[in-house]
Amino acid sequence: MPIVDHAMRLITCKLVYYGPGRSGKTTNLTYLHSALPSGQVGSLTSLATRRDRTLFFDYLPVDLGTVGAYNVRFQLYTVPGQPYYRAIRQLVLQGADGIAFVADSQQHRWEDNIDSLQDMHANLAEHGVNARDLPIVMQYNKQDLPASMAATVADLAAALNFRGVPEFAADALNGPGVFDTLRTLGMRVLRRLGTEEAAA
Amino acid sequence: MSALLDGSYRFEGFVVGASNRLAASAARAVADAPGSAYNPLFVYGGSGLGKTHLVAAIAHEARQQRPALRIEFTTGEEVAERLHVAIASGQPQRVAEHYQLVDLLILDDMQFLTGQRETQSELLRLFNMLQGSGRQLVLTSDRQPSEIPDVDQRLLSRLSGGLVVDVGAPDFEMRLAILRNVSLARGFEAAAGVLDEVARLAFGNVRELKGALNKLSAYQQLEGQPVAAADVRAILGERPLTTPPARIAAIIPEGTTEYDGFLADVLLEVETRVEPWRVQVGEAIDSWRQAGYLTGVLERALGFQAAPDVQGLLQTFAAAVEHLRGLEDDAAALDPTYRGHRVFRNVEGIAEALVVRDQLRRTALPLPAPAPAYTRETLDVGGPNQLAARAFDGVLEEPGQRFNPLVVHGPVGSGKTHFAHALGNALRVASPEKSVACLAADRFVEELVVAMQEGGVERWRARYQQADVFILEDIHRLVDKERSQDELFRLFNVLHDRGSQIVLTSERPTREMPGLADRLRSRFEGGLVVALTPRERPRLTQRPPHVAGELDRSFLDAEKMIWAWPDLGGRLIEEYR
Repeated sequence: MPIVDHAMRLITCKLVYYGPGRSGKTTNLTYLHSALPSGQVGSLTSLATRRDRTLFFDYLPVDLGTVGAYNVRFQLYTVPGQPYYRAIRQLVLQGADGIAFVADSQQHRWEDNIDSLQDMHANLAEHGVNARDLPIVMQYNKQDLPASMAATVADLAAALNFRGVPEFAADALNGPGVFDTLRTLGMRVLRRLGTEEAAA
Repeated sequence: MSALLDGSYRFEGFVVGASNRLAASAARAVADAPGSAYNPLFVYGGSGLGKTHLVAAIAHEARQQRPALRIEFTTGEEVAERLHVAIASGQPQRVAEHYQLVDLLILDDMQFLTGQRETQSELLRLFNMLQGSGRQLVLTSDRQPSEIPDVDQRLLSRLSGGLVVDVGAPDFEMRLAILRNVSLARGFEAAAGVLDEVARLAFGNVRELKGALNKLSAYQQLEGQPVAAADVRAILGERPLTTPPARIAAIIPEGTTEYDGFLADVLLEVETRVEPWRVQVGEAIDSWRQAGYLTGVLERALGFQAAPDVQGLLQTFAAAVEHLRGLEDDAAALDPTYRGHRVFRNVEGIAEALVVRDQLRRTALPLPAPAPAYTRETLDVGGPNQLAARAFDGVLEEPGQRFNPLVVHGPVGSGKTHFAHALGNALRVASPEKSVACLAADRFVEELVVAMQEGGVERWRARYQQADVFILEDIHRLVDKERSQDELFRLFNVLHDRGSQIVLTSERPTREMPGLADRLRSRFEGGLVVALTPRERPRLTQRPPHVAGELDRSFLDAEKMIWAWPDLGGRLIEEYR
C-alpha cells in the first residue's frame, strides 16, 4: 500500500517495472527521466553491466510536488529481467504498491514474457501478495517494430493479460505508451489510499 | 473519382502524431509515386481514427500531382455489391473491365468482405490483375488482415504482401492539435483552456473528439456565451470534478500538458481518498513540529480507524503548549539557558517541566535591595541639591520615563548613596510589585567574575535584566574594566528598551572618566545628569560639649544612621582617612 505520512504530508508509492530481460524496463525509466519536468524527477540511479543490462535495479524518484495537501512521490524501480537474478527481483518487489509488466512484443520473446509473468506471480506469492489485489498494468513494448517481427497487441493480451488489467502498446524508446503506463498505474495505486487506511 | 470522396480530406488537414506517423508517411509515399512503393498499402485501425481521411488524402494528392491519373475510391461493400450484380447478370467480367481502367484503386472498409468467398475470389483476381500491371492498391480495415475472419488465405497473403500499417488512438497532444484544426475550420471560437480540457478527456477516436467539439459549439451558440473550461466535463457528460475547479485551476496553469493532466488526476484521487480529518491532524503535526514540539499524542491519533474529536484534540494540545510556553518563560527569566529546553517541548511531560521551573525558582538569588535606612525624608534637599531632589521626585512620579537614566555625581560625602538607596526604597514603596536592584559597581564586577568562573553568565545577566529599577553606584569604579563595561552596556540597552528605570551614581561626571567607553558615556548623558554638593558637616573637633549621662548624639546626623552600623563604619573611615 502507498505509504502515507500525514504528519509530513507525504504520499510515497513504490512502482516496479517487471518483465523479461531486455524488454525495455530501463528504457521506460530513461524516457520518463528525460520527458518529465526536470524539477520533479530525480536522478536515475542505474546499476548496470557493461552490456547495459540491469544488474541490480534502476531507481527513479518522481516527485509530483505538493498536490492538494500532500506531497506525492513515486519511486520507480526496475528489476533485472534475466532468470538468474530471481533473488534480486524478489527483493525489489518487496513492498511494491503497483507493477507495470513490460512485455517484449518480439515474436521470439514469446516464451520469455510468459516465464517472466509466471515468475512475477510466484515472487508476489512468496511475499504473501495476491496479484489480484495489486494494481498491475501491462505494457507491450516494441510495438514500433514491423508487423512481421512483433506480436500483435491482441495476441499478447490473449497470452498475458488474462486478468484484463489496463494494457498499453508502447515504444519505450520514443515514448508512446510510456507515460500512459505510468499514469494509469499511478492512479490505480492512489485509488487504494482510502481503502487501505480504513483497513489499517 | 467516387462521390464518396470527401473534398476536405487532405494531407494538410491530417494531424500526424505518434500513433499514425508511419501510416501518414506511407500514404504520402504512395500519393507521390502510385504503384511503385508499398503496393498494396493496407491501413488498419479502430473506427474514427482517420483511415478514410488518410486514404482520401492519397487520392487528392495523387490527382493533384497527376491529373490524368484514373482513381477509384470505393468501399468493400460497394465492390461486393457490384460483383453480386455482375455475377447475377452472368457478366462477372464487367467488373474486371471496369477496374482495369483504374490506376489507383482505394478500397475503404475491407472488413465488409468477411465470409463472402465468391466475392473474395473475384477480388483476388482483380488484385492480381492490377498489381501485375503496376497499378496501386490502397485498402483500409478496422483490423489487420490476419484478423479479418473468413478471408481466403491467398487474398490474405496478397493483402499482407505490401505494407500493413496501423493508425492508433490519438494522444493528448494530437487530440489538441486535431481540435484546434477543426475549430479553425468550423469557425468555433473556444475560450481559453476549453480545447485543452476536451483533449484531456480520453476519447478513443477522432470522430468522437469532433463530436464533443460539435456539442460544445452547439451549447455555446445556444447559451450565447463562451463555454468555460471548467464546464467542459459537465457539458460533455463526463464525471464532474469533486474538488473545487478553482483549486485545480490554481495548480494547473494555462498551456497544460499531459503531465499537468496527470497532476490534476492525482489531486482528485488524493483529495477524494484521504480523509479530511487526517489531513487536519497531519497539518497540525507539521505545524507543531516546526515550532519544535513533540507531537506523539497527535501521531497516535492518526492511527485511529475512526475520526476522533479532532477539534477537541487540537484545542487540548494547543492549551498544553501554551502552558509549556508559560513555564518556559518563567524558567528562562531565571536562567536563559533553559530557553528551548527539551523539557518545555513535550506536552506529555508538563509535570517534569513544572519540577524544573520550581527548582529554578528555589535556587534563584534575589536581587540586591537598597538599604532600608535611606529614605526620602532623611535626604538633604536643601540649597544646591534641589535639582537632584526634583529629579528624585520626577523619577518617582514616572519611573523609566522622563529621567532615564538618572546619573548622580558628586564627591565623597555628598550623599550619593543616600540618594540612590532612598530612591530605590521610594520606588519599592510606590510600586511594591516592581523589582529593584541596587548594588555597587565593585559588586557588579565581582559577580560577573564569579559567573564567568562558574559558566553562569547568562543566568547572571537574566537576573538583572528582569529588574524594573536598576541602581548602580560608583560607576567610576568600572573605568578600564572593559568586560564589565560591555556587560553594563548590554544590560543598559535591555533595561532601557523595556522601560526599566536606571539610576547611576559616580564620584565625578562621566566626561571626566577617560576609561569609560564612549557608547556608555553617550547613553548615560542621554538621560538626566545631576550633581550633588557636599554639605557642611561639623568636624569632630567642633563637636558640641558632651553632657555626662546622655547619649553622644554627635554621630547622629541626617545622613548617617546609627543603626546602620556596617555602613556607618565605612562612612567613618571615609571621613577620617
